[in-house]
Amino acid sequence: MLYRTAGQFKTSYIADQALFPVKQDAFLLGIILALAWIVFPLTASEFTFQTLLIPILIYALAAMGLNILTGFAGQLSLGTGAFMGVGAYACYKMVTLFPWMNPIVAILLSGVFSAGIGVAFGIPSLRIKGFYLAIATLAAQFFLVWLFEKWSWLYNYNASGAIQVPNLEMFGVFVSGPQAASVTEYYIVLFVVTLLTLLCINLTRGNLGRTWKATRDMDIAAELIGINLMKSKLTAFAVSSYVVGVAGALYVFMWKGAAEPNVFDIPLSFQVLFIAIIGGLGSIMGNYLGAILIVGLPVVLNVIAGTQVFQMSALGAAVLVALAAAVAFLGWVARSGWTVGAVAGFVVLTLIYGYAQTQGFRIDSALIEHINVMIIGGLIIFFLIIEPHGLNQLWRLIREKLIIWPFPH
Amino acid sequence: MLNDIFIAPFADMISAPDFLMQVLWEGLVSGILYALIALGFVLIFRSSRIFNFAQGIMVVFAALTLVGLFAMGIPAWISVGLTLGVMFVLAVAIERVVLRPLVGQPDIILFMATIGITLFLIGFGETIFGGENKVMITEELGIPTGDTVLEPFGGLLILQHLDITVVVVATLLVLALLAFLNYTQMGRAIRALGDDHQAALSVGISLQTIWVLVWFIAGIIALVTGIAWGARAGVSFALEVIAYKALPVLMLGGLESITGAIVGGLMIGILEKLFEIYWGQPLLGGNTETWFAFVLALIVLLFRPQGLFGERIIERV
Repeated sequence: MLYRTAGQFKTSYIADQALFPVKQDAFLLGIILALAWIVFPLTASEFTFQTLLIPILIYALAAMGLNILTGFAGQLSLGTGAFMGVGAYACYKMVTLFPWMNPIVAILLSGVFSAGIGVAFGIPSLRIKGFYLAIATLAAQFFLVWLFEKWSWLYNYNASGAIQVPNLEMFGVFVSGPQAASVTEYYIVLFVVTLLTLLCINLTRGNLGRTWKATRDMDIAAELIGINLMKSKLTAFAVSSYVVGVAGALYVFMWKGAAEPNVFDIPLSFQVLFIAIIGGLGSIMGNYLGAILIVGLPVVLNVIAGTQVFQMSALGAAVLVALAAAVAFLGWVARSGWTVGAVAGFVVLTLIYGYAQTQGFRIDSALIEHINVMIIGGLIIFFLIIEPHGLNQLWRLIREKLIIWPFPH
Repeated sequence: MLNDIFIAPFADMISAPDFLMQVLWEGLVSGILYALIALGFVLIFRSSRIFNFAQGIMVVFAALTLVGLFAMGIPAWISVGLTLGVMFVLAVAIERVVLRPLVGQPDIILFMATIGITLFLIGFGETIFGGENKVMITEELGIPTGDTVLEPFGGLLILQHLDITVVVVATLLVLALLAFLNYTQMGRAIRALGDDHQAALSVGISLQTIWVLVWFIAGIIALVTGIAWGARAGVSFALEVIAYKALPVLMLGGLESITGAIVGGLMIGILEKLFEIYWGQPLLGGNTETWFAFVLALIVLLFRPQGLFGERIIERV
């Protein structure tokens, strides 16, 4: 009822091929865009920009790049972090060699370099498949990070071995570096991310996207029906690395402000891979959902842990109840008995938490950090079990339910 | 330049054979440990097609549990027994909670699940044992710590007793494993499952039992590796990186092959040491051990996509 698609007739090919053929989808997207472009920048605090909005967008973009390669073209990659690094270092070299260059142009161009390196490391994919291919991307991961450390030309021979983002100006406003305002950085990130998302949606539903999907589903069969595997795989590597590289440039220039080589080490690759898989392989929207979960959750947990004791019990209990409700809802959607156990787990956790509160127990930040890691690991397993196709699939199921709701069939 | 690459390193090797032997020995020691970890991977991969990323963290977890139990005042050898018990519980828990609900999912999902296990164990281990470095209880376990100095070709060759013990124990463990796989009923069941899932199930081999068993064996291997590496470099979460080293070993040897894991481990252990000493440090600024194994595996895979000893990949539409 809420999501009725009946009666929305398409009377021309153009209408049928529209980006969002269902009115409600377009409407929802409009709301989200309005929130992102107008409401958030007006209301968000410095803390929200730096810990939630900007990183979520950047991680979502990186995951989208990985998703094109792994989710759409079916080539497993464990080297995303290093390709982000290539983008970041390329951008750094460009803005320091050509200080007159427009920062947005520099960021968009830096993806070209990572695309080139991505294609080079993608060439083995023509011969090596599946998990064996992961080794090629791991080779890229370890080799490139080593190179960032040893090749001092990349970081302009400075003593620290790290790249430091200079103050960059565009139309008289600082857009990057220590003097830039968070709002400006946010708008730049949002602009680039919106642009590339639009590009990716169109690429994946067009001719190229279909050849990728055919390659993913069975490459021999795809070859037999006349798909050029070399072209398909290498374009996937190129587009994916381009997007990932741009995300890497944004990561350093718009968020971190400085980066040492080990920032791009394998934990970053895995974090992006989690986002892509939790969000849903082979989807665009899933990357955003995954990024919200993986980036947002630790922040929420830290905020809970950081609040004063007397506020904590109420807030903490409220969050736990909300989580339990969310999990129960997911269980209803995914029809999995597993969620019952999870709800019980949350209830027990709430009780323990409440008890600890009454005893005046204070959690220190190191312990919170450790518990965070544990919870994220547990969540990954939990989401894989209730829905291996990720949050995107959950959203699809919710949508199906809403179409016929309140009727059962 | 060409001289530095092609002639000078070999000249160095010949002019100082004792140093070469020292390098080879150290390569052999780390190689045999890589081989051990890779063996744990291979067993799990053969019996369940799961690419077990959690092997590295199991090493850390086993070592931490051992040290933690000993710190509680339990005698060393009883701690070892208790740690084995913990690894068994872990194997059962992983099979029940994670693997059973995920039967039949695509490979990458199972791979991700093992990364989830990795994160969970990191968090769990840090919560319980704390994140700081610990010292392995080498002497309490009766592992010798001195060294023997040999003098071949009039040079010096220092063999740490610890390393000798590691090589002996690891070799014995590998032999014991091979004997177990070849001559016991359980071992044959594991191999049968690795060869053909359907056929193994149809003759009444229990998938669940075998999975618990292989994860337990992986746990035992993790404990031995954890003691060995812990004694050399201390027990910390940095040990996890040796799991990354086992990946190229697997790829080089072939994912399904037990021989491959052993040969690959030794090859990579020795070659990466040689490369680091004779080419990496003089020419490339050192620390090449982080990537050399991967690049070597990549080059080998370009010629043999299934690894040196892997099963030939046959594809049908």
